[in-house]
Amino acid sequence: MNIYIELLLVFMQVGALSIGGGYAAIPIIQSRVVEQYAWLTLSDFTDLITIAEMTPGPIAINSATFVGMQVAGIGGAVVATIGCIIPSAIIVSLLAFLYFKFRSLDIVKDILTVLRPAIVALIASAGLGIIILAFWGTEGFTTDTSALNIVSVMIFALSLFLLRKYKLNPIAVMSGAGALGAVFYLLL
Amino acid sequence: MKKKGRLLKLFTTSLYISAFTFGGGFVIIPLMRKKFVEDLHWLEEQEMLDLAAIAQSAPGAIAVNAAILLGYKIMGILGALVAILGTIIPPMVIISVISFFYNAFRTNVVVNAVLSGMQAGVAAVICDVVITMATTNVKQNKWLSAVVMPVVFVLTYFLDVNVVYIILGCIGIGIVWFVVQHVHKKQLEKQQKGNDVTDVNVTHRRHWRIHK
Repeated sequence: MNIYIELLLVFMQVGALSIGGGYAAIPIIQSRVVEQYAWLTLSDFTDLITIAEMTPGPIAINSATFVGMQVAGIGGAVVATIGCIIPSAIIVSLLAFLYFKFRSLDIVKDILTVLRPAIVALIASAGLGIIILAFWGTEGFTTDTSALNIVSVMIFALSLFLLRKYKLNPIAVMSGAGALGAVFYLLL
Repeated sequence: MKKKGRLLKLFTTSLYISAFTFGGGFVIIPLMRKKFVEDLHWLEEQEMLDLAAIAQSAPGAIAVNAAILLGYKIMGILGALVAILGTIIPPMVIISVISFFYNAFRTNVVVNAVLSGMQAGVAAVICDVVITMATTNVKQNKWLSAVVMPVVFVLTYFLDVNVVYIILGCIGIGIVWFVVQHVHKKQLEKQQKGNDVTDVNVTHRRHWRIHK
């Protein structure tokens, strides 16, 4: 089979099966890309996850671009990425249509009322994961103060203060945090 | 012309937000909220949360799903396509470049220092948004938020329950709640009707007495 068609089909599966976003995509990519097609070795794949974590963008999209690039150059990257978003584009457009049509129904309103605080909690949970990663460099929950990264805590506190008190633009705050990181980590 | 201006704004904003979505997934929601709810007023606060819920429950990357929903709300299918394009261009370009220079990139001290700093910044941004969203939510629905938020947090963070089950569970509770309210309302109406009937009888009897 043509390599472009193969890339398209494999990443359409990745897009369709990764419900819950982010890390939900990893096992599916691994089973198709590493085990079934051997487009990447397992160590390449681990590197890929590292890159995906270090750079902006969803893991599924990053993986699609990376794998497509390795297997068939720029064309492969484009085809794999498009494959990855086709299922979302179809399903989510349909859901969007349904949401805007039916959200004033009482039953939909009640469901959404219960969902909203749940979503806030989900965002909080993702946030705590990132705070722990930034402060301790590990993924799991920990309270070990000796391994705490003080620079990171200070940048966090300063950023949060500027955001709450002066309502600064988040992207400006993140860029500033990056610059502060460069200054501190390279000088100390 | 105005339509073109809006599409362009949608495209550049998606591009800009996507370029800063480190950590993936839910990180994009705070950034979208800031831009589309607070700055541009294209969405309401509650709509943003609803879109986040839908983006999370559908297959695919949350950032892409959220972009589709947002684009759809603002300009229909065309808006959805434009938002997708804006969202996938930054990671595609960055990954393409990095896949060429991966080894040099991974070992670069400056790159690592900047990324570590940004991680702390991202953590602060999420924290800020969670505080704002939680306060709004508690104001709107005190007891429900007070129960749902901590329970969901413990389920997802400490017990690692799959997000799909959490969302399905909330939908189930929403349906039950709707049914309970509906039944309650019906009962009230019935009682109300019963009262009306007796009132009518009383007045009738009075009339009758007067006539007599």
